[in-house]
Amino acid sequence: MTQDNAKPRTLYDKIWDAHLVDQTADGTCLLYIDRHLVHEVTSPQAFEGLRMSGRKVRAPEKTIAVPDHNVPTTADRETHIDNEDSRIQVEALDRNAREFGVTYYPVDDIRQGIVHIIGPELGWTLPGMTVVCGDSHTSTHGAFGALAHGIGTSEVEHVLATQTLIQKKSKNMKVEITGTLPPGVTAKDITLSVIGKTGTAGGTGYVIEYCGEAIRALSMEGRMTVCNMAIEGGARAGLIAPDETTFAYVKGRPHAPKGAAWEAAVNWWKTLKSDDDAHFDKVVTIRAEDITPVITWGTSPEDVLPITGTVPSPEDFTGGKIEAARRSLDYMGLTPGTPLDQIAIDAVFIGSCTNGRIEDLRAAAAILRGRKLADGVRGMVVPGSGLVRLQAEEEGLDQIFKDAGFEWRLAGCSMCLGMNPDQLAPGERCAATSNRNFEGRQGYKGRTHLMSPAMAAAAGVTGRLTDVRALTGQAEPA
Amino acid sequence: MEKFTTLTGIAAPMPLVNIDTDMIIPKQFLKTIKRSGLGKNLFDEMRYNQDGTEIADFVLNQPAYRQAQIIVAGDNFGCGSSREHAPWALLDFGIRCVISTSFADIFYNNCFKNGILPVVLPQEAVDALMEDARRGANARINVDLNAQTVTSSDGQVFAFDIDPDRKHSLLNGLDDIGLTMEKAPAIDRFESQMAQARPWV
Repeated sequence: MTQDNAKPRTLYDKIWDAHLVDQTADGTCLLYIDRHLVHEVTSPQAFEGLRMSGRKVRAPEKTIAVPDHNVPTTADRETHIDNEDSRIQVEALDRNAREFGVTYYPVDDIRQGIVHIIGPELGWTLPGMTVVCGDSHTSTHGAFGALAHGIGTSEVEHVLATQTLIQKKSKNMKVEITGTLPPGVTAKDITLSVIGKTGTAGGTGYVIEYCGEAIRALSMEGRMTVCNMAIEGGARAGLIAPDETTFAYVKGRPHAPKGAAWEAAVNWWKTLKSDDDAHFDKVVTIRAEDITPVITWGTSPEDVLPITGTVPSPEDFTGGKIEAARRSLDYMGLTPGTPLDQIAIDAVFIGSCTNGRIEDLRAAAAILRGRKLADGVRGMVVPGSGLVRLQAEEEGLDQIFKDAGFEWRLAGCSMCLGMNPDQLAPGERCAATSNRNFEGRQGYKGRTHLMSPAMAAAAGVTGRLTDVRALTGQAEPA
Repeated sequence: MEKFTTLTGIAAPMPLVNIDTDMIIPKQFLKTIKRSGLGKNLFDEMRYNQDGTEIADFVLNQPAYRQAQIIVAGDNFGCGSSREHAPWALLDFGIRCVISTSFADIFYNNCFKNGILPVVLPQEAVDALMEDARRGANARINVDLNAQTVTSSDGQVFAFDIDPDRKHSLLNGLDDIGLTMEKAPAIDRFESQMAQARPWV
């Protein structure tokens, strides 16, 4: 239970305290879990474990299951999935969801989509909650001021059986983005720039709270993009304190509280912010004015550079990163000194839990309106959920994408990780709005450059990595 | 879960930093509904050519390291996804211990659920053990969880820290779920308090 506590607390401290069931002498805690999201790839062994030990799901009404990683994004998926292993996993989720009685959105439900898109969209994710999922990008839900992080399959089984998780508290880290973002710079550029500065292990052992004027100015979609990639910075979770923007987004969603419960909830949610003099173990401050449109050049999400830069050389680095950079450059087929905006691409992928929401599709469509994909470039748009797809179609965005030469797909994780048929061919280079540029991530020997939806659209139009400001007429800083 | 007490075995050197979970077990092998059988696909894309033949110079394909039980790795081992298939694949291959300067958070947690000991040591210690591992099958490294030490083949001893609860569970091969279910009354109590305090949840 929440205690009146004289010591100033961070937002993370407050949510933690409000979910503490039990604590042992050495600080190991049992934390209550408010929402457990489940997908087909990391859950079959957990359900099987329950079955073998004769256990039930403790709180099926707080457990939400949806297939997203494996599902094809073509219309024929409602009748059959060709890949046998994928089909078995989707069928296993179907069977497990029904047998254990959890909330379930099957592949033919319009509400189906990427687990981290549908949770917020349907109002399952609310401020002040604890949210877990067998998926590292669960950090996305931190945008609502919910403590949200990925867990392994053993922990999935633990949460299914007990609705709790054994946890040690992480340290507090503050990432403050001061000032106002320049034109053409987006939430994706913020989150990539933070990782570029702190590295992929910079957040290890921490929960990050993002704050500052530029974070406050972001929409919920933008905040989700920022928190989504907290994990790429190594952090357990990312958090943004809820405010009027949050409440406006949540209000009226199917599973959001209503009437008197809404008033009571908002009253509590308004207390969910770090106290003025709360202690942070690490503080990173970045001026929004210093952030530019960025891309990744290598095979780690920390390999971030402004699009105006050039391909680095291994000698630009120190320690183990020298060899890693050499390997990355070889894998990516890049030569040091090449201007980044001269790198030709083969494919554009717009989608994922990082950038598959309606605002992302609007941003890409704004660049593509009246333009076409460059010759030889393949483009794919995969809305994050069936409802995002529907909304986009109501706004006519699908037509803009199709006119530009993009494929307009059904919802799923798709080419972000290529577990379904949507993959890069060996050597293909992709401008991607997703979150990981690891070797083989989007397909065997595929080459991934991470960037914002507007930047990915711009790359599609020119056929090479491109400063989106050149297409929009927004001035590049001198 | 199998207990972890002591281990003396061959250590494979993998000095690359940021070895991610997509490298440890690529996504095409996540389509299983079992925990076992992933060892043959451990480090698949580094280990095999596309035609399935072995890449000779990859460390685990070298005769000296085919029986490795320990990996000495570069910084930030296991970064990326939450897939527990990564420790499952390591375990299925026969790896029981990974030594590095740092691990990604979720991977680190997942190891303890599967009887794998992730050991964090300072850079100098990892450098020394990396050198030792490079000597191949004759250089057997000893890991003693109870004593919290790693001993190189030439007798250098490196002490490591570990959370006492995790150590206890690993030494005894304990099942977390069983332990937590003993706390069901506390969970019941919490739920009824929450039904009053935050009924919208």
